[in-house]
Amino acid sequence: MSSAYLKLAGIRKDFGSFTALRDIHLDIAKGEFVCFLGPSGCGKTTLLRIIAGLEPQTAGRIELAGRDISVLPPAQRDYGIVFQSYALFPNLTVADNVAYGLVNRKMPRAEARARVDELLTLVGLPGSQGKYPAQLSGGQQQRIALARALATKPGLLLLDEPLSALDAIVRVHLRQEIRALQRQLGVTTIMVTHDQEEALAVADRIVVMNHGVIEHVGTPMEVYRDPGTPFVADFVGRINVLPARLVNGHQVVFADTPFHCPHEGAAGSEVKVYLRPEDVLARPIAPGDSNVFEAQIEKIEFLGSYCLVQVRSDALGEHRLSVYLSLNFLSEQQLEVGARLPLRLLPERMRIFG
Amino acid sequence: MNTTALPAPASRVTLRVHWTDRLAHVALAVVALVLLAFLAAPLLAILIKSVQDGDGRWIGLKNFIDYARTPALLQSLWNSLWVSALVTLITVPLAFGFAYALTRSRMGFKKLLRGITLIPLLAPSLLSAISLIYWFGNQGVLKAWMQATGIEQIYGAPGIVLAEVFALFPHALMILVTALTTADARLYEAADAMGTSAARKFWTITLPGAKYGLISAALVTFTLVITDFGIPKVIGGNFNVLATDVFKLVIGQQDFQKGAVVALLLLAPAVLTFSVDHLVQRKQTAMLSARAVPYRPKRAPVFDALMQAYCVLIALLMLAMLGMAIFASFAKFWPYDLSFSWQHYQTGLVEGEVATGFVNSLLMAAGTAVFGTALVFVGAYLLEKTHGGGPLRGGVRMLSMLPMAVPGLVLGLGYIFFFNEPGNPLNGLYHTLTLMTVCSIVHFYTTGHLTAVTALKSLDAEFESVSASLKVPFYKTFWRVTLPICTPALVDIARYFFVNAMTTISAVVFLYSPETKVASIAILNLDEAGDTGAAAAMALLIAAASTVATLLFMGLSWLVERRTQQWKA
Repeated sequence: MSSAYLKLAGIRKDFGSFTALRDIHLDIAKGEFVCFLGPSGCGKTTLLRIIAGLEPQTAGRIELAGRDISVLPPAQRDYGIVFQSYALFPNLTVADNVAYGLVNRKMPRAEARARVDELLTLVGLPGSQGKYPAQLSGGQQQRIALARALATKPGLLLLDEPLSALDAIVRVHLRQEIRALQRQLGVTTIMVTHDQEEALAVADRIVVMNHGVIEHVGTPMEVYRDPGTPFVADFVGRINVLPARLVNGHQVVFADTPFHCPHEGAAGSEVKVYLRPEDVLARPIAPGDSNVFEAQIEKIEFLGSYCLVQVRSDALGEHRLSVYLSLNFLSEQQLEVGARLPLRLLPERMRIFG
Repeated sequence: MNTTALPAPASRVTLRVHWTDRLAHVALAVVALVLLAFLAAPLLAILIKSVQDGDGRWIGLKNFIDYARTPALLQSLWNSLWVSALVTLITVPLAFGFAYALTRSRMGFKKLLRGITLIPLLAPSLLSAISLIYWFGNQGVLKAWMQATGIEQIYGAPGIVLAEVFALFPHALMILVTALTTADARLYEAADAMGTSAARKFWTITLPGAKYGLISAALVTFTLVITDFGIPKVIGGNFNVLATDVFKLVIGQQDFQKGAVVALLLLAPAVLTFSVDHLVQRKQTAMLSARAVPYRPKRAPVFDALMQAYCVLIALLMLAMLGMAIFASFAKFWPYDLSFSWQHYQTGLVEGEVATGFVNSLLMAAGTAVFGTALVFVGAYLLEKTHGGGPLRGGVRMLSMLPMAVPGLVLGLGYIFFFNEPGNPLNGLYHTLTLMTVCSIVHFYTTGHLTAVTALKSLDAEFESVSASLKVPFYKTFWRVTLPICTPALVDIARYFFVNAMTTISAVVFLYSPETKVASIAILNLDEAGDTGAAAAMALLIAAASTVATLLFMGLSWLVERRTQQWKA
């Protein structure tokens, strides 16, 4: 007996000679919130549509709740779906939209009405039964779409970029609500998104995809802190990429200065070191700390409470390093373009890729 | 269930088909059958006829060789080509000027002027030919003026060209207005910001932007002229063209084989131009971005006045055309006694059998509107919103576009060949109003199809996916959502079918029997019998009926619009 609620095995999708997905294996546990994250064209939406049965896979098997649904048409699977475009029926009222799947199941009228009321309360729009979709804002329409998808109590909730069409503020707000709702109902959920911040904020696990393959599966923290591949490191969050040479078990050399960094690679091999801007510290730096070097500020990009500061250093050769420094720190130290300051690299945060 | 025991599918996965999807496939197959029986088979019959002798024996290309050796017929081919080219060269620039004025100037009375140019669409095309006869014919009021310009008589090429320009003007105008409306204002703003002259803006932005519209308008005009039958029949005199040849060969000489050859000659340019047009249209949509900002013309007194003058002139010419027909239809005995009389209407309705013809016309138009709209919409829906069905889908898609390229005369001829065959189980339909209705539906299928497709494409593509996930079968969503939203488009399609079925001649001229004669055919016969006054009167009656129908349909759209307003916010 498989413990996974949704099991994808060897999924492949060809569009003519183009392979959109290759050899996708993924297990999703009951009640989990999983995000498919990747740049456009990476295959994440195709994978969602294959799970929904809206697109046949070229090869591979799909199991939902222990049932092989690989070749079943959408109506015989068990999921609710929400699209970026909301796809609300414009000529039906909110109540009729939400009850659309219930009416078809011969649910008694009163019962259906009660269920609609319950769902509208759940998504925070009680009393909107009689309105038409066009009378609601984008965020409200997407909540109705969510209510409609949940109405029939599906085992699986599929969200296809549900927030992409919304304003930034609504987007942040609604993603938190979707997350809270999902926790409350415990419905297994897959959300497709190209917004890494969104994925980091709501997912239990993130599936990072690129060019039709899964690059990395992990919790948001794992994906961010311990990216499995250079692509994941680059795609999720901002990161410095510095060419370096490995020296021995615990040192790397940029230009000609050695830095402390434990690794398992062979001495002498050329590598790339990935380091996030926040892992370069300006303080606290104590005398005698290792990995400290002097840097000169070249550019300051003001981002609000903190700044992205680009520095150069003899220790790094011609490569520039991006560092997050707080606005307070910069003004306290009266740092401007051209100023010099000591910085420290955190050895345990450096990721080495061959 | 033990998951490890499940065999991984080795070959390509195909989803199991839900029974409701099977239903969609069956429906699609029905549409395919209808189009095969009433479009593909008749066309095939022409093709077969063209390579057979009178006894049905295969003779290869002999009919074509005979045709090429008949100087009179070759002359018609040449006549058709140069007349069509000339009409295109005149109509498209004229219509472009008008469309430019409508879309790029701030002149007044735009709606009224636009409405006047639509007049030729409401009557059979021969109305303009009849009117020309009153203006410039043997007893025409302005005959002397015409002869002063060196044209000896209106009958023949001059009459055909002039009448066709009038008849085709609204067709070209519609396409060009669309092409010019889709301009992106931001391009002009960018040009203004760089200090571009008006002339340069016209040559570098306006004209390239309308390029595809111009090509389209030219192709449509050319094809409609070369395949038109009514105008050359009425005003062509001894000037023969392909369309009149087909009629003479088939009805006059009963030479079906040579008729088939000429029909294929008519089909060739039409198929060619519409394939080109199809490609061009596809490019046009790719060029337009959804973020384009609509262009709003600025006030420019001199330019606006010039445009106003031009459009008023065109509108007056249109009204002169209609007005003369009206006047002549009430004149007692042209040109000697111009006193008011209902006589022509009486003659036409009673002796000309137009009264029964009118009933037949209305029945046919209503049938075409109702059944045509249903068939077109269901066909378009199945193509756009359902899945699977394999080659059936591609076949129906192609057959839906084909009627655009088939002249009515050719379709009608195909119907004779196919349905008049004694062995055909559908033979009983021959000469019936039912067959004439079906023929009209097929003849005007593509425009309705494209309207339906456009309406369906504007719906959210995920309605069907959402329904499937909610386990609601597609036909329920079709009934509850798709159909209500598309009602305005349905009314449009029905109106188009109705008006065209009222005015068509070419598609039914081979198919009627004395009992099923429609009004437009009766008019043709009146004219042939020399009773031009009655013909004009009856053509005006058709125009009046079309106008009333159009107004009714507009009222219907208004009602629908008002009903749907509540959910459009």
